[in-house]
Amino acid sequence: MSDTSDGIRAGRLAPEEYARNFSDSHAPLQRVQALIEADRCYYCYDAPCINACPTGIDIPTFIQRIAQDNIRGAARAILEENILGGMCARVCPTEVLCEQACVRNTNEDKPVEIGLLQRFATDGYFAKPGAPLFSRAAKTGRRFAAVGAGPAGLSFAHRLAMLGHDVVVFDANPKAGGLNEYGLATYKTVEGFAQKEIDWLLSIGGIEVRCNQALGRDVVLSDLVRDYDGVFLGMGLAGVNALGVTEPQAAGLRDAVRFIAELRQASDFSKVPIGRKVVVIGGGMTAVDAAVQSKKLGAEDVTIVYRRGEEAMSASGYEQDWAKRSGVTIKHWAAPKEVVAEGGQVRGMRFATTRVDNGKLVETGETFVVPADMVFKAIGQSYEPAPAGASIKLNGGRIVTDAEGRTSHAKVWAGGDCTYGGRDLTVEAVEHGKRAAISADKALRQAARETRNG
Amino acid sequence: MADLTSTFVGIKSPNPFWLASAPPTDKAYNVERAFEAGWGGAVWKTVGEDPPIVNVNGPRYSALLSQDRRVIGFNNIELISDRPLKVNLDEMKRVKRDWPDRAVVASLMVPCTEKDWREILKKVEDTGCDGVELNFGCPHGMSERGMGAAVGQVPEYIEMVAAWCKQHTKLPVIVKLTPNITDVRFPARAAKKGGADAVSLINTINSIMGVDLERMTMHPSTDGRGSHGGYCGYAVKPIALNMVGEIARDKETRGIPISGIGGITTWRDAAEFIALGAGNVQVCTAAMVYGFKIIKDLTDGLSNFMDEQGYRSVAEFQGKAVDTIADWQALNLNHVEKAVINQDLCIQCGRCHVVCEDTSHQAITATVNGKRHFEVKDEECVGCNLCVSVCPVTDCITLRALKPGEVDTRTGVKISGKYANWTTHPNNPMRKEPESA
Ligand SMILES: Cc1cc2nc3c(=O)[nH]c(=O)nc-3n(C[C@H](O)[C@H](O)[C@H](O)COP(=O)(O)OP(=O)(O)OC[C@H]3O[C@@H](n4cnc5c(N)ncnc54)[C@H](O)[C@@H]3O)c2cc1C
Ligand SMILES: Cc1cc2nc3c(=O)[nH]c(=O)nc-3n(C[C@H](O)[C@H](O)[C@H](O)COP(=O)(O)O)c2cc1C
Ligand code: SF4
Ligand code: SF4
Ligand code: SF4
Repeated sequence: MSDTSDGIRAGRLAPEEYARNFSDSHAPLQRVQALIEADRCYYCYDAPCINACPTGIDIPTFIQRIAQDNIRGAARAILEENILGGMCARVCPTEVLCEQACVRNTNEDKPVEIGLLQRFATDGYFAKPGAPLFSRAAKTGRRFAAVGAGPAGLSFAHRLAMLGHDVVVFDANPKAGGLNEYGLATYKTVEGFAQKEIDWLLSIGGIEVRCNQALGRDVVLSDLVRDYDGVFLGMGLAGVNALGVTEPQAAGLRDAVRFIAELRQASDFSKVPIGRKVVVIGGGMTAVDAAVQSKKLGAEDVTIVYRRGEEAMSASGYEQDWAKRSGVTIKHWAAPKEVVAEGGQVRGMRFATTRVDNGKLVETGETFVVPADMVFKAIGQSYEPAPAGASIKLNGGRIVTDAEGRTSHAKVWAGGDCTYGGRDLTVEAVEHGKRAAISADKALRQAARETRNG
Repeated sequence: MADLTSTFVGIKSPNPFWLASAPPTDKAYNVERAFEAGWGGAVWKTVGEDPPIVNVNGPRYSALLSQDRRVIGFNNIELISDRPLKVNLDEMKRVKRDWPDRAVVASLMVPCTEKDWREILKKVEDTGCDGVELNFGCPHGMSERGMGAAVGQVPEYIEMVAAWCKQHTKLPVIVKLTPNITDVRFPARAAKKGGADAVSLINTINSIMGVDLERMTMHPSTDGRGSHGGYCGYAVKPIALNMVGEIARDKETRGIPISGIGGITTWRDAAEFIALGAGNVQVCTAAMVYGFKIIKDLTDGLSNFMDEQGYRSVAEFQGKAVDTIADWQALNLNHVEKAVINQDLCIQCGRCHVVCEDTSHQAITATVNGKRHFEVKDEECVGCNLCVSVCPVTDCITLRALKPGEVDTRTGVKISGKYANWTTHPNNPMRKEPESA
């Protein structure tokens, strides 16, 4: 069964089709496959893949441990550098990270499947965790605050908990996890993995997560700075960029991230309404995820429209292929011009064709309409500076930090998407949180030493 | 087209590949399938006196595997044939009659008395088989009963039994040697003294494959107990090659026909045994791992190699490399080699660097001008071949011999091109003064 009638409706597919469409997009490795794949790793010296992993996981070591049937050891090698190594194994664009650097590419164009092996090791460990992998150092009695329980904030909290400090994490959302819980594609993180992973992360103790607590509404930065030994800002990107054309109040015109968040929270995919024809405007991971998931909900025609060429899209080649394989059409060189609405309902989207002229993107004067019942805006999110206030210096609209994650405020660190200069990836957020924690701990010890000596 | 036909101690076969005495030659059914597939001959699974022995009913075999489960080494605790002697001899007779162009050799093992050997030889001769092989090698079970390796480990017994056999049969006598000794030349010499027509080697090597760490029992085990087995397959090839080479170059045994056995898996392995003196070869594990069809690849590969090299018959290259095996003291200490990395092939894995840095001579860079780059420092390299051995890319690192006149930047010595070995080396307290010209 599939319902191809016009308009926005739920239940376009049969229950088993939803189940199939939203199952694991990439089957995990079976043990035999993992052993064979592990054998492909050369155990390189100063391995290029390690340097290409934002969290610096010792990849040859964890792969060697898989080969030696030491799953717990493999998981330890992963998780000690990247506490969300389980989620990263699912969502990292490995084709532009570790796997792109694998020396196997040179002769074979086929890197070691590091991501899948990482998933094998972490899944294997989580299925049978045994004694805790990480324990806390002697309690220091110090307390830190983190704003945002996304990957950055959670990574920060875990590392400090390991070092013996206590951490309170404030998050505006009803659930912890940030985009792990509200953003990443459903088919990348099935079976409630995000929450299971967070439960495991928090099991170390010393971390208190306070949900429904927004900075700027329920708590203010100056109080946190006063009450805690240090503060970490990992608030992600709460704002959504506007199209730059008039956005009428019309049913069917939506933010892609909101749509994705709803989908992630849906208990039953057949209750999620979707158009017959869907247009997604944008060129990043969010655009791809919104488009593919529309298709999986039963939309008949889904088109991503991006204003520049293929190579300029921030979605990787692999993701673009994934969209195409999922039945999504990608149109390049067209910029949004007008939302076509009728009777309070979206009917389509008018685009202007574009080209590059003297290095500048210009419209050619031609326009065309793509008919649609739903139009998703996926042209990027932005950092909302108001909650943190003016004491935190910005650049390009995001928080400026040094390599350790220190902001312009001596007691405030920041990391993840809300900071300037990154690639907006889960794995980077984890690394930022980790570095900031190490830096904050160091600062505390230094201060203690100075008071002692002073 | 190269002529693969083989004559070994007078026994003719269409190619030099025989199946070794083992499960592949256990009965007529197997041997006929092997001959249909193209095997040149078969040494029948060792027979003994009645009543036949019994085997365990648990695991007889186990393997050393690579990560993707390729068999690297193989182990067994099987005894000799567990079927009545007459059944084996009748089948042998029928198979030889039906396949007159193939070699059929009987492998024998009976207690160490002249009477026992005389009687079994008589029965065997009736089958019309081409020769006998004396199993002095089985290292488990049978050896506890004073047979197999228990004989093969005592040169006097070897000589004695070989002499009895030569006396009581007209058939060619091949003595199969055990590798479970310290110096294979002694049993080989004994076989020769006893009048044996040939030696075949190696039989399997004493081995324990592992330990089941959950149950804390050796592995594999039968109801909680295991017994050491015999190790064979690809992993034992270097050991077998050395033993073949030792016999081929020993003054006392030089020229004795050798049937080479041990780990032969490809045509190349077979050619190597032949180059070190083997007159033909026998295969067991490779057939047990892949089935009889591999004979096609063995003969095809060997034949193509011979055509390329211009050898018309196996005899033309048999033993051709024997004289290159020398004692260490005969190696030319004036010869200097250096590793060279082909930068076009290098995939930058860095393994050559780390092994040379950690365990050899710190002769390979990791970075040059701040960039990841692996290059040999001639002034440190001793040409040990470690990097060549670990590099994952074929032919990426090679050793280059310095030419006369070049300077070894490690020692500052100019290459003379003259041969000089340890016996005359200044550091040798026992050196002989080089003869002055
Ligand atoms: C649709 C989509 C798909 C993606 N897919 C991938 C992918 O496949 N692979 C990948 O590597 N990356 C992907 N990303 C990017 C990745 O999700 C982010 O880079 C990562 O989540 C950033 O982590 P973070 O901790 O900085 O922020 P977030 O995960 O955004 O978490 C920020 C948290 O802060 C909270 N918060 C915000 N404001 C306040 C406030 N004022 N007070 C209190 N709490 C507040 C939020 O509620 C949220 O929980 C995707 C992003 C999106 C939008
Ligand atoms: C299961 C098994 C049983 C064997 N039985 C005998 C035997 O009965 N008589 C014998 O002379 N050698 C026996 N051998 C030894 C083989 O004939 C051969 O010498 C040895 O396996 C080395 O060759 P390969 O590496 O090609 O297997 C046996 C080997 C195996 C694996
Ligand atoms: S670069 Fe590839 S082969 Fe080398 S260690 Fe990393 S995964 Fe293994
Ligand atoms: S040959 Fe030996 S010493 Fe020379 S570079 Fe290679 S490993 Fe080092
Ligand atoms: S081992 Fe081979 S491929 Fe690896 S860095 Fe050395 S030369 Fe290059």
